[in-house]
Amino acid sequence: MDENYPIKRIIDDHGHFVDSTFENEIDEKLVKELYYHMLRVRTFDRKAINLQRQGRLGTYAPFEGQEAAQVGSALALQPDDWVFPTYRDHGATITFGKSMTRTFLYWNGRVEGCVAPPDRNIFPPAVPIATQLPHAAGAAWAEKLKGTQNASIAYFGDGATSEGDFHEGINFASVFKVPVVFFNQNNGYAISVPIEKQMNSKTVAQKAVAYGIPGVRIDGNDCFAVYFETKQAFNHARAGHGPTLIEAVTWRKGAHTTADDPSKYRPETQGKDIVDPMTRLELFMKNYGYWDEQWIEEVKEKTANEIDLAVEEMEKYPASNVEDVFDHVFAEMPPQLAEQKESYLAHLERR
Amino acid sequence: MTQIVESNQKDVKTTQMTMIQAINDGMRVLLDEDERTIILGEDIGKNGGVFRATEGLQEQFGAERVVDTPLSEAGIIGTSVGLAVNGFKPIAEIQFLGFIYPAYEQIMTHVSRLRMRSMSRFTVPMVIRAPYGAGIRAPEIHSDSTETLFTHMPGIKVVCPSNPYDAKGLLIAAMEDPDPVLVLETMKNYRSMREEVPVGKYTVEIGKGKIVREGTDVTLIAWGAMITVAEKAAQLAEKNGIQCEIIDLRTLYPIDRDIISESVKKTTRAVIIHEAHHTSGLGNDIVSIINDTAFLYLRAPIERVTGFDVPVPFFSLEEHYLPTSARVQEAIEKVVHF
Repeated sequence: MDENYPIKRIIDDHGHFVDSTFENEIDEKLVKELYYHMLRVRTFDRKAINLQRQGRLGTYAPFEGQEAAQVGSALALQPDDWVFPTYRDHGATITFGKSMTRTFLYWNGRVEGCVAPPDRNIFPPAVPIATQLPHAAGAAWAEKLKGTQNASIAYFGDGATSEGDFHEGINFASVFKVPVVFFNQNNGYAISVPIEKQMNSKTVAQKAVAYGIPGVRIDGNDCFAVYFETKQAFNHARAGHGPTLIEAVTWRKGAHTTADDPSKYRPETQGKDIVDPMTRLELFMKNYGYWDEQWIEEVKEKTANEIDLAVEEMEKYPASNVEDVFDHVFAEMPPQLAEQKESYLAHLERR
Repeated sequence: MTQIVESNQKDVKTTQMTMIQAINDGMRVLLDEDERTIILGEDIGKNGGVFRATEGLQEQFGAERVVDTPLSEAGIIGTSVGLAVNGFKPIAEIQFLGFIYPAYEQIMTHVSRLRMRSMSRFTVPMVIRAPYGAGIRAPEIHSDSTETLFTHMPGIKVVCPSNPYDAKGLLIAAMEDPDPVLVLETMKNYRSMREEVPVGKYTVEIGKGKIVREGTDVTLIAWGAMITVAEKAAQLAEKNGIQCEIIDLRTLYPIDRDIISESVKKTTRAVIIHEAHHTSGLGNDIVSIINDTAFLYLRAPIERVTGFDVPVPFFSLEEHYLPTSARVQEAIEKVVHF
């Protein structure tokens, strides 16, 4: 079965074309856009880890190594599409339009960090595993019923395929033929459990057969493969043909979270042979005449400044409001909750 | 660190342990003494658990007995039912109580009622362990304290130790119990204290609370992380001449009615403290027990200091959700000066 799902690549580890299907669609604008966003989210990710180590951020889930998968897929979206991320997909959500400041706030224990900009339908990150897949199916179903061209993307990891919600979400989406892209980032490990202990099948993509939908296995570290295959899946969805399951094979370079120690469960050498997605894009740019030293320096500086500003905004953000504990549970606060709020605020007054 | 201390019957060898070490030691004892013991969970094998509760166990007992499962709470609990009815003794770890809900149907519909539905032809002697509670700056949804969802289920026992000694003793008792037991472990206390814990096997009886502080004026009833809060409040109250008695309930179902009733008859006042949400919290059952057994002894209405009827907030606000010693102290003053 797995031989039916070879890994699709557009560029190889050395940044050379191995598939020319989309060669004509790759231009300077796209190359620079991919590079800019990958650099931007990587810089964000590294900054977040540093802030956590300095005690300026809470526990943080890094995504280094998955930038091509997250940025490539996010750039394939249309502004009115729906995004259902996990806690490790802020590379995708920041690319799609979530603010960095809010993303920092999220990891600093602030509920404000869940709030998407008004013009972007980005769900709060799914913290339990796979629960967002049925949501993505539902939002896409609504778009279908409303007769729009909008679609959903659900991000999830390899471990998520073991949960019931994975099956239920994809099954509903395929039965009702709704426009969803189920975007799996197979990064090799669900915290400490490697994929071969997670599932008996060799690929995630082959699971699509069971739902009668297309399954595509791509090199998740090849930003072009990710971008074009995700775009194809969206075209398929928007044309009314239903969902696609994409497996982007990638690698989590770091820990599950800053509270995790991967040396406990995977050899130091594992993954060292995987060419970093940024490095691959850089090689490609050099090979095909897109490397522009001056521009690179400019975006590096621009990105660093943007992130410093976001950190400053996060740290200067108004202090958490106690009333928020009570105010957003219902549209209209039930009397017993109002009483709890009043009594607690009075207690704080007395302190 | 090992030393010999006197116990009621004989010299017992003890050693200093944190709660997480005591739980680890308890599981080691259970794996060692009975080859039917099998531990299932996410990241519990090679990684030793996200809190290191199972550290070293897979190394010692092998990957067939300390099993890294696929990421599926319903799968872990459902297969544990099958293992339990067919001769094994599973300890299923759910990584955080806030992630147990996919297994809710398995627990509500099968774990807890298979004995009844099969007229004891099939029984489910299994243990479910789940870390719970707020106050450790964990990411969202990791901090639930929803014990009442499980005390409300007929057919499963629920225990909630607050310290290393009780944690190991209740875990072993849970494994010896012929019925399923949910062990709720307060993350806040995993490493916050060390105490002498007996080496080897011992049990703490399920269904029995413990007086952890004796007093005459008011009874504080709590469990898990709230014991520390109650103790701080009792110290504050003492400065005002109020002597608090503290009950560590330890088992949430079946609840120790006698210990509550006897204490309240003596002190004539009660304050119940729980981290769980107020409405339908276990505090209400405790109020009922006092109402049923000690009503005429009461000198003041019973006070409850609880989490609010809101989802546990993100960690920047969690201190406002959790009962504090200051809130408990106010409740103590209120019942004393009623």
